[in-house]
Amino acid sequence: MSTPILEMRNITKEFPGVKALDEVSFSVATGEIHGLVGENGAGKSTLMKVLSGVHTYGTYTGDIVLNGEVMHFNNISEAEEAGIAIIYQELALIPEMTVYENIFLGHEIHNNMVIDWNETIKRTAEILKRVKLDVNPATKVRDLGVGKQQLIEIAKALHRDVKLLILDEPTAALNEDDSENLLRLLREQRDQGVTCILISHKLKEVINVADTVTVLRDGQTICSLDAEQGEVTEPMLIRQMVGRAIKNIYPPRESQSASDEVVLEVKNWHAYHPKLGRDILEDVNFSIRRGEIVGFAGLMGSGRTELALSLFGNPYGYLVSGEMQIKGQPVKFTHPQDAIRAGVAYLTEDRKGAGLILIQDVKENITLANLQEIAKRGVIDNNAEIKVATEYRRSLNIKTPSIEQAVVNLSGGNQQKVCLGKWLFVKPDVLILDEPTRGIDVGAKFEIYTIMNDLVKQGMSIIMISSELPEVLGMSDRVYVVASGKITGELPIAEATQENIMQLATIE
Amino acid sequence: MFFKNLQTMLKDNIREYGMFIALFIIMGIFTITTNGLFISPRNISNLINQTGYIAVLAVGMTLIIVIRHIDLSVGFLAGFLGAVVAIALSSWGWSVYIVIPFVLVLGALAGLLTAYPVAQLGIPSFVASLAGWLIYRGLLLLATAGTGTIIISDPVFNAIGNGFIPDIFPNRGFVPDVHIVTLLLGVIAIIFFVFSAISSRKKEQAYDFEVLPPDMFILQLVFVAILISAITWTLAGHNGLSWTTVVVLLVVGIYHFITTQTVLGRHIYAVGGNPEAAELSGINVKQMTYVVFSSMGMLSALSGILFASRLRSATTTAGTLFELDAIAAAFIGGVSAAGGVGKVTGSLIGALVYMSLTSGMNLMNVDIAYQYVVRGLVLVAAVVFDVATRSRGK
Repeated sequence: MSTPILEMRNITKEFPGVKALDEVSFSVATGEIHGLVGENGAGKSTLMKVLSGVHTYGTYTGDIVLNGEVMHFNNISEAEEAGIAIIYQELALIPEMTVYENIFLGHEIHNNMVIDWNETIKRTAEILKRVKLDVNPATKVRDLGVGKQQLIEIAKALHRDVKLLILDEPTAALNEDDSENLLRLLREQRDQGVTCILISHKLKEVINVADTVTVLRDGQTICSLDAEQGEVTEPMLIRQMVGRAIKNIYPPRESQSASDEVVLEVKNWHAYHPKLGRDILEDVNFSIRRGEIVGFAGLMGSGRTELALSLFGNPYGYLVSGEMQIKGQPVKFTHPQDAIRAGVAYLTEDRKGAGLILIQDVKENITLANLQEIAKRGVIDNNAEIKVATEYRRSLNIKTPSIEQAVVNLSGGNQQKVCLGKWLFVKPDVLILDEPTRGIDVGAKFEIYTIMNDLVKQGMSIIMISSELPEVLGMSDRVYVVASGKITGELPIAEATQENIMQLATIE
Repeated sequence: MFFKNLQTMLKDNIREYGMFIALFIIMGIFTITTNGLFISPRNISNLINQTGYIAVLAVGMTLIIVIRHIDLSVGFLAGFLGAVVAIALSSWGWSVYIVIPFVLVLGALAGLLTAYPVAQLGIPSFVASLAGWLIYRGLLLLATAGTGTIIISDPVFNAIGNGFIPDIFPNRGFVPDVHIVTLLLGVIAIIFFVFSAISSRKKEQAYDFEVLPPDMFILQLVFVAILISAITWTLAGHNGLSWTTVVVLLVVGIYHFITTQTVLGRHIYAVGGNPEAAELSGINVKQMTYVVFSSMGMLSALSGILFASRLRSATTTAGTLFELDAIAAAFIGGVSAAGGVGKVTGSLIGALVYMSLTSGMNLMNVDIAYQYVVRGLVLVAAVVFDVATRSRGK
């Protein structure tokens, strides 16, 4: 093993209230492919942001040593100059520009500010050959598939003489052929001397290409496994990724409230995303009974949110096919309005972006989805509205100076309770909660769990989408695991463990 | 204590009172520079009548901007529909009672037409309505081709822009030369305002909401009462309340009610505040876009009616720049381009501020070139004030 190209020593990074990285040490040898794995929120992305200058020098503690030299990056371009390139999951290409314009964007070849297009195109052709991509340099990027776009991102990094290439979930959006192609390219680049850090949830592919794998968990380095010193296996990695005691406390459920009555049944559900140009859900089948909490586990991007949205009136216009039944009646929703009327509610994972109207007050947000209930002939009864809002403020314990407070001023936990209040007011039979406790503090989490228990006791059915395994295990009666747009397993809670869920969630 | 309360009240509500204060300052300045001519009953009456056709557009534009769009077509749409009215009255010989609803419906349909590419195809409203601007300008020229001006001789129609409400005791009451009905309406308005203010305060207290301290509440009542009295007295001293004023007050009243008290209004502001959250809350964003644009079209028709009636004719240039005046009035009135924020009453005040500038400077014989500069500066000042006070608001 050669000398390390990169050493990150004792990196600690804190956000208000959270320690995202806790004394993380991470070492990458020159000329290797280094896999970096861990659960959502384990700190992988934060670590890479520290490395690439997104979190600037001084906002973290610890040292970054590149080629034996301690680096202080004050911005992203300084990291780029030092030879570090990071390729994010969301591609940073400009769709309306051509391949060559994209590759040289920000590094144009010019004579006195006049761009030399001939030279640009010539050089682009050479670089494209290096990544084995056979496209015309004058093609617009938007006319290329995601796989090819990914290669162009790599080409863009390579022409800048990158020494350390970081790929964040590069294959998440790719089909099998494109993934394979990309991984082959990575190996070739390694053999030509480019060092590469690969972040991926797909453990199989990490094991396939990586020379070393580092596992992060809860902001700490758990271990670094060297493939030369013994075989790295999936169960091994999974154990390291999840191996923690469940320390969060979940309120106990007094009795089993689940009945045999099936409230929601979905059969042969498919969805195609027209903008991405691929299937996002394939052959999904599941059913929900009255009074149960069903966990939908899986990794980010596995298709759980898309599944929920496609059931909830399909507001983003996926092409959906399949059968959906509510209490035995087949239903077809063309707008969230239809779903709400039929008794389905969906609490979004994106509280601020798609859940709340931040400039409006608590009362207006709570009543928004069911104004008919408090209106007569289209005129809102202000007293009724105040009564409703006051009631939910009390029962959900929303901490706000007044129900006329704009929700933008509330804390995350209280904003989430306002969202929850909005959906409880429509009195649904099936409540879909998408990451219901993301970004809120422990106390508010416990309150939300308690509310969920109360709701199922009253006969509501809850679908809980969550990326936090302890939460899934602590709250669910039953667990479905979703991976790559498919349901890869159904586990009764008695049989579910972090290990077997993770196993099912990382199936390709 | 009193002054401390006054200070906090002004500070807390500076955004809402700011426009009133600006209007008073502007009126005060013009009253001085024109030796009282500006504040004369005749001029105030004229000013309000001139504001009418911009004010109704500003009301519609408020909602358009609230849902994060813009409509440039309204000026020439108003001009064109004014010409349609003139033709229908003079050439086709239609009754005025048929022509008015007919044109209002035409306006609403035109609004739907503008909304179609915006809602259905996601085309920016700037572009869609710019196309409308061109088309209606062309249609206006076609409609007025030939003579250039179409004279309207229908007395009922012309009264909308020039007439006044009838007086039951003409020139006879205890005060001579004063319009009694106008005074009575003023008194009713004051009583209504006082009662509704007291009842809503009581309700708010019952729910433990924050209310103004009693002295400030009384001060507010007295202030509004004086304001209404002053306006009614001034108007009663001329010919009384004009029909245009009645129309504008009706429109503002209806729209104020819709925006603050109805499900429809709440849905519109929700779409403006966060379209994605609104859609996921079961509100049909497309449908709201159609509703708001078609209301804008109908108000454009009304604006065209008011303008044609005021001029007693349709001309080739009717409606020129109305859209920009309406947009300026809405922004002066506190509408936010970021969406979801803005009151129709604010836009009415904005329109008054804007037209006061024109009227005052005309009385002062200020060159038109400087008038544009001043109006521009006031617009910038209003928007800067709005942004500066927004961060301080609740």
